[in-house]
Amino acid sequence: MQVSITVNGRQRTDEVEPRLLLAHYLRDTCGLTATNIGCDSTSCGACTVLVDGLSVKSCTVLAASTDGGQVTTLEGLAGPDGELHPMQAAFRAEHGLQCGFCTPGMVMAAIGVLADNPDPTDREVREGLEGNLCRCTGYHNIVRAVRAAAQAGPAAGQVPQAQEVVQ
Amino acid sequence: MIPSPFEYVKVRSVDEALAALAEHGEDAKLLAGGHSLLPIMKLRLAIPTVLIDIGGIPGLSYVRVDGEQVAIGAGTRHYVLERDEVARTEVPLLPHVAGRVGDPQVRHRGTLGGTVAHSDPASDLPTALLALGGTVVLQGPQGRREVPVTEFWTGFFETAMSPEEMVVELRVPRTGSIGWGYEKFTRRENDWPIVAAAAVDGRVALANMAGMVVRATATEEALARGASIAEAAELADQGTSPGADMHADADYRRHLARLLTRRALEKAAGA
Ligand SMILES: Cc1cc2nc3c(=O)[nH]c(=O)nc-3n(C[C@H](O)[C@H](O)[C@H](O)COP(=O)(O)OP(=O)(O)OC[C@H]3O[C@@H](n4cnc5c(N)ncnc54)[C@H](O)[C@@H]3O)c2cc1C
Ligand code: FES
Ligand code: FES
Repeated sequence: MQVSITVNGRQRTDEVEPRLLLAHYLRDTCGLTATNIGCDSTSCGACTVLVDGLSVKSCTVLAASTDGGQVTTLEGLAGPDGELHPMQAAFRAEHGLQCGFCTPGMVMAAIGVLADNPDPTDREVREGLEGNLCRCTGYHNIVRAVRAAAQAGPAAGQVPQAQEVVQ
Repeated sequence: MIPSPFEYVKVRSVDEALAALAEHGEDAKLLAGGHSLLPIMKLRLAIPTVLIDIGGIPGLSYVRVDGEQVAIGAGTRHYVLERDEVARTEVPLLPHVAGRVGDPQVRHRGTLGGTVAHSDPASDLPTALLALGGTVVLQGPQGRREVPVTEFWTGFFETAMSPEEMVVELRVPRTGSIGWGYEKFTRRENDWPIVAAAAVDGRVALANMAGMVVRATATEEALARGASIAEAAELADQGTSPGADMHADADYRRHLARLLTRRALEKAAGA
């Protein structure tokens, strides 16, 4: 079947099998490999991307269901000149990553958290990221990064494309 | 893990969905949020040959007051119900429980109709609905019919719905300022309940204490006789048949049912 999906602001049309998962569509069809597959069972959040502005686990969504929609992955965050998105910059400044495997999903989920609540407390950040596992950092620096991003301004809860992040 | 191949049909209305169900018969499955169905398809525990995607049907997501009831569209996603102002005022138990399901990503996809139709005995929202009372509105080739929630969940992943029907709406009484309590016991915040208890208006429902969500009838009868909360809660596990797994054995689940029922009733009483 054919799907037309706007990925990181650019519309593309692809021939896919109905059973193709969004995570595999992004990685294999679009060649966007920032989106990691960890547990493959909706538990770890490594595959989190935004669909129509909402954070979702792309290992448990069909590409077919996303037909006509907007998807944002980590690759869609930096500016055209390579300038980091405020959430990426905050993760870097606050050491919000170690091995980096969870990071793409963590950053996308964190943008979703701030879209819903621009100035969350530590506890609200932790609750907002409850669907994302990190085996390295112990979470403290991730929480610090999300709080720092929130302080940097409203852009931390937005994505560069002409699409809204909502929760 | 990749599901077996299937044919994919996207429908734009309830009528189209029902026509597709009638056409494809037993091998077809409706796909709403996909957050129960896709995981079991990936494990190949379910191998439907046709998926009918109802996730994009316009007009199936709403919460509105209708007389003495609140009507909620089957397509309402958990995160929408969690934030809905009408729901928060008219039936605050439901948006609270919607916010306790899984994690934000799960709540962005999962729908009320999906969790009701799936009939997982551990599911949060069906537990709350069972405590509230009310009806499941089904639509099928013969038109609409309403099934009381007390008769809808009939067993492990089984309901009173026939294969040609779908859930279109949930109707619950407006509880307004009537007290309520929801106690969910998990190992981690985003887990399914090991046991959960919902209490509102003298009614108590339990998650994960049998093959389906169940009412704590002995507790309700004791309360109606004027027993204290502590006395009534001691009867919460009567008539249940909890299973054992790596999280809890049956006796521990019975203990949790009594404890969580007491706490939920105390919250409902404002204690
Ligand atoms: C990681 C994870 C954690 C979760 N945690 C929890 C939790 O803590 N508590 C909890 O209660 N749930 C939890 N869930 C389940 C979640 O709430 C599901 O979204 C929900 O149970 C199913 O809703 P859905 O819309 O995704 O349904 P789907 O997966 O699309 O469908 C489920 C079943 O219902 C049928 N169906 C769907 N809609 C209808 C309809 N309108 N009429 C008739 N049949 C229909 C489908 O054919 C299918 O058989 C979790 C799920 C995941 C993946
Ligand atoms: S890979 Fe999707 S949640 Fe872990
Ligand atoms: S940085 Fe290694 S898993 Fe999070």
